[in-house]
Order: sequence, then C-alpha cells, then structure tokens
Amino acid sequence: MTTVEERSAPPAAPPPRRPNPVWALLRNSWRQLTSMRTALVLLFLLAVAAIPGSVLPQRPVNPENVTRYFVAHPKLAPVLDRLGGFDVYASVWFASIYLLLFASLVGCVLPRLLDHYRALRLAPPDAPRRLERLPQHAAAEERAGDPAALAATVAKTLRRRRFRTVLREREGGVWTISAEKGALKESGNLLFHFALLTVLVGVGFGSWYGWHGNRLLVQGADTGFCNSVTQYDESKLGARVDAADLPDFCLQLTKFTATYQSTGQPKTFEATVSVTQDDGPATTEQFTVNHPLRLHHAGVHLLGQGYAPVLRYTDRYGQSQTNVFPFLPRDGMLTSEGVATFPDANVDPKTGKRDENLQVGFEGVYLPTVGSDGSPTSTYPAERSPGLFLNAYRGDLGVDSGIPGSIYALDQSQIANGELKKVGGARPQELKPGQSWTLDDGTKLEFLGTRPFITVSIRYDPTSELVLAGAVLGLLGLMLSLAGHRRRVWFRISPRPAAALAAGDAGHGGSVMEAGGLPRTDYPGFSGEFEQLVKAVRDEGTS
Amino acid sequence: MAELSNQLMVVTVLAYLAAMVCHAAEYSFGARSHIGRAAARPARQLVGSGAPVPDDPPVVDEPAVPTRDRGALLGKIAVWVTGFGLLAHLGTLVTRGIAADRMPWGNMYEFILSVTFVGSAVWLGVVIRRPAIRHLGLFVTLVLVMLLGAAGLIAYTPVGPLVPALNSYWFVIHVSTVILASGIFLVGFVPAAMFLIKAGYDKGKRSFPYTLGKRVPPAEALERLTFRLHAFAFPLFTFGALIAGPLWAEASWGRYWGWDPKEVWAFISWVVYACYLHARATPSVKRTTATWIAIIGFATMLMNLFGVNLFISGLHSYANAGGM
Repeated sequence: MTTVEERSAPPAAPPPRRPNPVWALLRNSWRQLTSMRTALVLLFLLAVAAIPGSVLPQRPVNPENVTRYFVAHPKLAPVLDRLGGFDVYASVWFASIYLLLFASLVGCVLPRLLDHYRALRLAPPDAPRRLERLPQHAAAEERAGDPAALAATVAKTLRRRRFRTVLREREGGVWTISAEKGALKESGNLLFHFALLTVLVGVGFGSWYGWHGNRLLVQGADTGFCNSVTQYDESKLGARVDAADLPDFCLQLTKFTATYQSTGQPKTFEATVSVTQDDGPATTEQFTVNHPLRLHHAGVHLLGQGYAPVLRYTDRYGQSQTNVFPFLPRDGMLTSEGVATFPDANVDPKTGKRDENLQVGFEGVYLPTVGSDGSPTSTYPAERSPGLFLNAYRGDLGVDSGIPGSIYALDQSQIANGELKKVGGARPQELKPGQSWTLDDGTKLEFLGTRPFITVSIRYDPTSELVLAGAVLGLLGLMLSLAGHRRRVWFRISPRPAAALAAGDAGHGGSVMEAGGLPRTDYPGFSGEFEQLVKAVRDEGTS
Repeated sequence: MAELSNQLMVVTVLAYLAAMVCHAAEYSFGARSHIGRAAARPARQLVGSGAPVPDDPPVVDEPAVPTRDRGALLGKIAVWVTGFGLLAHLGTLVTRGIAADRMPWGNMYEFILSVTFVGSAVWLGVVIRRPAIRHLGLFVTLVLVMLLGAAGLIAYTPVGPLVPALNSYWFVIHVSTVILASGIFLVGFVPAAMFLIKAGYDKGKRSFPYTLGKRVPPAEALERLTFRLHAFAFPLFTFGALIAGPLWAEASWGRYWGWDPKEVWAFISWVVYACYLHARATPSVKRTTATWIAIIGFATMLMNLFGVNLFISGLHSYANAGGM
C-alpha cells in the first residue's frame, strides 16, 4: 500500500457570483459536449457518416471508378463532389464529427483520470453505520479473540485477495476494515480511451510524414525503377514530406513466376528483383503477395501482374524501333488491353524532321491463351497459345498537344476528328509471337514476344508501429474494463457487549463481527464472492 | 469429401429445422399448460414425494401433468437435436476443410458455415449452463436455419483452393477471430431481440411480436445475457477486425487501413457496438434504447456479410457468389 490520506470534508461552497453570460455559455457548451449523451450521438453520427464512403467510389481507393461515376451521373456527380462524397474520410464533415468526438472524449476522460488518480490515493471510505442496508450483508456473529487481533487477520485475508484494505480504530475499541477492489476496471477504461487518442495521433502523423506510390515494373534491365516521384505512375506524399526526402533505392525485376490451378485460379506468385540501396551493392531479393519486400523506410508490395508485348516497328525509311508495351489485364484470365505507339516513326533520315501525320499506333488485346472458339477473351492466364490482336492507326497521335492522356489507350478524339485513321483492315490482325504484319504502306510490325510485368505499391508509414501499439493497448484496456468489477466490502469488529461478558467468560474478551458488501458496477456474481469472502475470513479466524 | 460435406450440410439444416419444430411445439404446448401449470404444481409435489400406492385415489389433475412434461420433454429433445445438428455442422466444416486442404473459411459460403457453427456451439454452451433460457432456442435455430439457407442458396461455392492473396497465416488468425466474434454477436442478437419483445409484453403490449414474450425468461435475465455475450464478443471483434485485419492488410496491400467497403462496415459495426456498450453503461439511457443499438449493430454485421459481399466490390471480394 502506498500512502493514503483520509477523505477530507468537502470545502465550503464559494460565495455565489454573478455569472458572466459568455463564460456560462462556454461552460455549458463544454458540459454539453462532454456529456455521454453527446458522445453517443457523435458515435452514431460517425457510423452513419462512414456509410457513403462504402457506396460511392472513393478517390484515394479507386480514382478510375470516380471518373466512371462522373460519366454515368453527369448531373449528380459534381454536387456529390462538392460535398466531399468521393473522398468522404478526408471531408470536412467527417473530420468535424471525429474531432468533436475526440474533443468530447478528452473532456470526459481527463477529469475521470484525475478522479481515478485521487481515488487510488484515497483510503476506501469507512464502514457505513448500518451494514445491513447494503446489498450484501453477513449478520453479526460472535468470535473468539479480541477485536484488534481479529481485525488484523481479516485485513490480512483481504489483502491476500488483492483488496485495497484500510484498518481503522473507532471509539469503544471498535475496529472497522474497509476494502476495495476492481480499480483496474476504471484504469482499463481510461487506458482504452487514451489508446484511441494515440491511434488518432498516429494516423494523423502517418498521413503527414508517410508517402506512397504505385509503379508498373516490366522485367528487364532496361526497365528498372529508381525511387523518385517522377518515376511513379501515381504517387502521394504526406504534407510534411518533400520529394527529396524519399529513400534512395533502385529496383529491377529480374524474374517473375506465376502458377495457376487448372481452372485458371492463381496459385502462387513470385517476383525476383535486383535491389540497390544507398549506392550499395546490388542484392537479389524475392517477394510475393502477403510477403512484401522490406527496404529501409519503404515496403514494396506486389499488387498485380500482366504481360508486356515486345514489338518492333520498321518504318518506310527502313528504320526500326523496338519497345515494350505493358497491356493491362481486364479479367482473371489476363485478357489484356493496351496500345503500342510509335510517335517517332517515319522520321525522314535526310531532314531529321518527323511528319506528324505519319505517326503510328496500334490498339488491341493480348490473350495469353487464345480459345478455340474464337472468343475475344483469354481462356487461361498462362501463355499456352498466346495471340496479339491489333488494329493499326496512322496519323497524328495527339501526344504533342500537351494534354496528358492515358498511355494504355489511343486518343479517341484524334480518331473521331479524323486526324488518326485506321489502316490495315477493319478487323484486328492476329499475331503469334515471332509473326510480323506488313501494313499497306510497306511498313512492318513484328511481335517479338512478351515480358512479364508486375504492379507494385511502395509505401512508408512512420507511425504504423505507434498505431499498432495504440490498438493493442486499447484492446488490453477494453478487456480490463469489460471484465472488471468494482466492489467494496466492510467488516466491523466490536468488543463483545458488556452484558455477555458479565454473564460468562469475563476476561477472555471476544468480539462480534459483521460484514457488508457493495458492488459498484453491475456484477451478478458478487453475492457468491461475498459469501466466499466471509467464509474465508471465518475460516482464517478459527484456524 | 466435398460431396460428403454437402450432404452433411443438408443434415445440419434439417437437424436445426427439427430442433426448431420441437422448440415451437414446446412453445405451443407451453401456452396450453400455462393454465394447467398452476393446477399441476401441487400435483407434481404429490407425485414427486409420495411413492405411488396402487389404491391411492387419484387426486392428480391427470391431463395437466403429461402436457407439461411433454412440453418440457420436447424442449429437451430440441436441445439434443440441436446438439446433433452441431455435430453434423462440425462434420460439414471438417470434411470441407479436408476436401479443400485448408481452413474451411475461404469464401462467403464457408464463412457463413463457420459463423453459424460458432453461434450454435455458443448457444448450446449457454443453454446447458442455464436451462431456464431454453425457450430462446426457437429463435436461435430460426436464425441458424435462415443463415444456413442463405449460405446454401446464394453463396454456395464449390470446393477450391485459396487465391494467393488469402494464403497467409493471417488468414487463420484474422478470419477465425472475426468468425468467433460474429458467431457470438449472432447468439447475442437473439436475447437482445427477445428482451425488447419481453419488455414490450411486460408493458402490456399484446400485438404480434410481443405475444412471443409470454413464455420467454424474465426481461432482466435476457438483458444481462445480451450484455455478457456482447461484452465477450466485442474485444474479439476488435482484435479480429481492427488489429489482425490491419496487420494483414499492411503485409498484403501495404497499408493497414484503406477504407475498403468491408473495412468501412467493420468500422461501422465496431462504432455501433461501442455505442451499445456506452449506452448500457450510462444510467440515464434506458436499457431498451441500449438494446436497440445492439440490434442495429447486428444489422450492420449482416449488411457487411451480405450487402458488401454481393453488391459492393472491393478488396475483400472473396464471396465468389453468383459467379465463377
């Protein structure tokens, strides 16, 4: 037991003052905010406010779906957008709910922390005068031994059972024992709420100091990747992260293997990369789904895979150029869509000038396994009988207009306005690996084969450990708070009444013991515990 | 093995259905013996204490005794049949796991099978410890049959291996704890609903759902059972959905939380159940109000199971229902 102080009498009420209306309003608003009723309403609002984020497409989760939603609902989408409907969890109204909730939580929990601290330092209060009025009561019984010695044994028994116990001597040789247990319930409760605050702070700092980017990585030494913002297909840096802060490393996909069930369901993926960190030597690392590559201040997570056809185009001047074009999978069988563009084709070697109307682009699908029924979808995700189906276009690709376009589709507006014309027949041309296709102007496209590619998400979150610690502590606090019971028991031991003494064995002393118990939280098992406790005390005294 | 699993699944549903019928029969017999019980009470003492002497004149109100006994007997049979159903249920899961060579909770069908198994097991555990609440069995088996029927009709998936994304030890930890928590929330939902019915019945409401409150245990006992089941399931759910889930998500997708629809609804359920626990701990909030919040919590769990799996696509799209 640490130092305990006696419960002091409440201080005299201060003289009434004229309330300042502003102060009164502030104080009342604060009281209202920190009341349990408000907290419940805010909790409920939080749950309701989270719903739209699961129904509407969310920009941070899937920006393409948001674009699609705009196309599908041209009237509604801008209104929803203004209300933050496509980024619910970063919207002002969602933030205001959880910030109010946490303000309410702090306002509720801080005073409780102080109260709890004081309660832990205070001795359990003295026994009430009438123990029989308590929910649990053990009737007075006569015991051998004098009150002081008996009280000491009772206190010992209680302390052994981890009750906070205080012995008090009262007038007339009466001893009272006050004992209290279950403070861990409130400690757990407070721990849980402060852990939630830790989680909130951790998540906040994580979004400030973390960053992430997505990148498509084609196998091969010429298609490596070094960590910088410009190298990402899509990236987001936290508010406090500068592009120069990104850790220094380079990745190169050297091998990728995927195995499948006979149904086409994937079985295993494995990516082998060559990693160079901080100008050190290159190392070979492997990673897969669920087992990311952990680098210094960055994790590389495998998200997807696909095929990148390698194509060589020989233009009308006999100049050829070879390039790799990742085609994005559209279904589980890896039917993949993409384009191959050659904006620098047909440059006159004499003048060195390029003719913008002689740019060439191909659009189509790649099927790793062409079905026997001629359907335009792949029938198996591995390359059993691959086929590339392309339409050729010649003209102005529109890549110089300065408007950023998708690198996986041709600029449809250029096709619509006739700047880019389809050549080489209306139906797509099928190409097997190694085959070539000669267009109407004598130029030639060769399909050299494919290389696998992977899509990776590279992330750094400096506070994920803090958030995890917060969550684990929160769970611990939650369990303590839900499993604990606060209760008090009192024993009063008085000397045997004088009448009894006079009647019989005078000089031997003897005592009368009475007990009462009070559960301070809903605790249906308390009567059992109380009876057992009284029995233990009784046995202790007699043995 | 897969075939055997499907057959055992049918046996399971039929057993729960039979248990439901027995509970219902007990319920209706009970209604008749409601009058007879008062008469039967002294009679039972006579029969119970005195040995039946042949020439003793029958002071016993004969028909009342068998009716009452038959009702109680049917209830006991119902519990036994539920136990049999639970064994068949276990068999369904084990054979399915053997057939797929992995834990049997890799898709929506198997998930519902596992959740209802936990629900059924917890229910039997509770009813064995407290036979007085046996009447709730009618509603527990009703919920079990409905969920299993839904699993078989809209979520059935042939046995298959796991996709690589699910192939992780977190698959065992995350999914099993979520299943445990969901199963206990499921059992907790029944006394919650019955408490509301009973509370309404005690207030004198006699329209349809409240008439069910005639034979159920006292409102206070139902309310306490509701709280204890929820207080047990809530930390499990916190661990499964909000600690193990994010840990796995971090390893798999690179971020511990990404507002995927399933995550959103797990968050909503967690907030609503937290709301219930707070409301129940607040003396100024009525117990019926608090219990309504628990009912809403279970509705959000169902939304997460059916609504999100079937209508909203996201990273947790393991349902495979209606497709493939």
